[in-house]
Amino acid sequence: MTPKAAIRAEGERLLSAFVQAGAVPVEADILQPAGTLLDLYGEDIRARAYVTDDPVRGEMMLRPDFTVPVVQAHMAHGAEPARYAYLGEVFRKQARGSGRASEYLQVGYEVFDRAAPEAADAEVFALFRDLLAGLDLRPVTGDIGILMAAVRGLATSERRKAALLRHVWRPVRFKALLDRFAGRAPVPAGRVALLERLKAGTPAQLIDEAGTFVGLRSAEEIAARAEALVADAETPPIKATEAALLYDLLSLEAPAAHALSHLRGITPMLPAIGPAVDRFAARLDALAARGVDVSTLAFEASHGRTALEYYDGFVFSFLGDGMPPVASGGRYDALTAVLGAGAFIPAVGGVIRPGLVARLKGAI
Amino acid sequence: MIRVGVPSKGRLMQDTFDWFGARGVVMRRSGSDREYSGVVEGVEGVVPVLLSAGEIPRELAAGRIHLGVTGSDLVREQLAEDEVAEVAKLGFGHADLVIAVPAVWIDVETVDDLDAAAAGFRKAHGHRLRIATKYHRLVRDFLQAQGVADYQLIDSQGATEGTVKNGTAECIADITSSGETLRANHLRILSDGMIHSSQAVLWASRVAEWSAADLAAYAGLAAKLGIVARPF
Repeated sequence: MTPKAAIRAEGERLLSAFVQAGAVPVEADILQPAGTLLDLYGEDIRARAYVTDDPVRGEMMLRPDFTVPVVQAHMAHGAEPARYAYLGEVFRKQARGSGRASEYLQVGYEVFDRAAPEAADAEVFALFRDLLAGLDLRPVTGDIGILMAAVRGLATSERRKAALLRHVWRPVRFKALLDRFAGRAPVPAGRVALLERLKAGTPAQLIDEAGTFVGLRSAEEIAARAEALVADAETPPIKATEAALLYDLLSLEAPAAHALSHLRGITPMLPAIGPAVDRFAARLDALAARGVDVSTLAFEASHGRTALEYYDGFVFSFLGDGMPPVASGGRYDALTAVLGAGAFIPAVGGVIRPGLVARLKGAI
Repeated sequence: MIRVGVPSKGRLMQDTFDWFGARGVVMRRSGSDREYSGVVEGVEGVVPVLLSAGEIPRELAAGRIHLGVTGSDLVREQLAEDEVAEVAKLGFGHADLVIAVPAVWIDVETVDDLDAAAAGFRKAHGHRLRIATKYHRLVRDFLQAQGVADYQLIDSQGATEGTVKNGTAECIADITSSGETLRANHLRILSDGMIHSSQAVLWASRVAEWSAADLAAYAGLAAKLGIVARPF
């Protein structure tokens, strides 16, 4: 068999295993409208996805993943609960010399189920574990929901919490904001000068003095943010004890069972994470019921926090040495709300790269 | 014969000729003004190729010229790191790629403010904050590294400063040398909005074929110009 045929055969094997697990096989177009993907991921996606132009349909992208079209199809006419499986190429630009493929097969499994989210998380993880057994991969799990709950529970202004939540997937920016809100980093010189200037008059006066008004961003919007900045400067820093808990949470890496007892230990000081920690506990029970040894399963609280992602709960990867993740996935409840125009359904799923599986099996 | 791409007109051409001339390598255009060919005196095995400055990066990457003079902004925007080597900074053609916002945005001083303003703008207007530029890659890399979200890049190949007034963008990322055009269009540079400080650079193509004779010609040229003895 040629390498491509061997990879496709591996993909077909995985796809039929997903179908056997109860999934309906679905297809998705390779050409996806760029607008939806840009709205979700922002400009960053342009650095990763191939963009092409259609004189009639406008800007199109070569499918960078299946999740978006599968969610769209489900939200448009899916019955509940639903399980879907798919197999096909995805396209990603890679840095020169990275040696990574820019076109490869993905085979995936997605579960849309309201009844028991933690059981669905465990179902997907255990299914992937079974299909990848014997390949000597390292599973890593995480839970972005705990981090988001901790942020929502901070004793600080709604504005600061919203700023942190908006950047949960951009660790560098998140940390910079947290450092500032916690008083660990000095206020940047630019901001000091800005606050000084804002004291010189009312926003309306200052806008007037700044010159000719240009642009779509209105004077009201500018004034509202100027006032918010002044209010924010008077907001006390996040309490040191509370901030310390959040920093601790960001760097938490431990076997899952141990991570749970650690989180139980800090919940009294950060009560807002209580429900998320309960869900984490329920997931570990569900995983244990499927034969996963949670006393050794790796858990990293910051796992899955990368740009171009949309996970907001359970996340997992199966990692091999010297290659991209062989499989990855997670829960993306918020994405279904965004794509569903008001409708919403809890969803969890993941993808496997048959090319890497075939390589590990020595088939190519 | 090593082919040296030089800008074919304007200030950049004259500055390039002057830079080489000051080092004993005399370049000039040959034939009529309309004919883009050149001659060189004072060094063997070198032929100038007159090109639009904007095309020089592409010609370097294709290996059709061995050396080329053009702005570092254009090369960084268009080429990957390993396609060309920087041989010498020429000390002219200075220009900065900066982010500029309407001067009336009294609440926006830094990139951090821009990010926050973009979040508010998207909520209020239902679309992402538009930044007009022709330097898509440099601007996107810069904003991505800083974790800025909720913006979109709008392509603008000229008169970029006017896009805000004309309502096709909320702010811009463009090349400026004095900032005068920005001010005339009621724009102000972010205090930490410097994306790239550009100047004219002599580049060597790593893609071009360098024969032994080419390397010898380069060594002769390098000795005159006082630059590194090997192109890379």
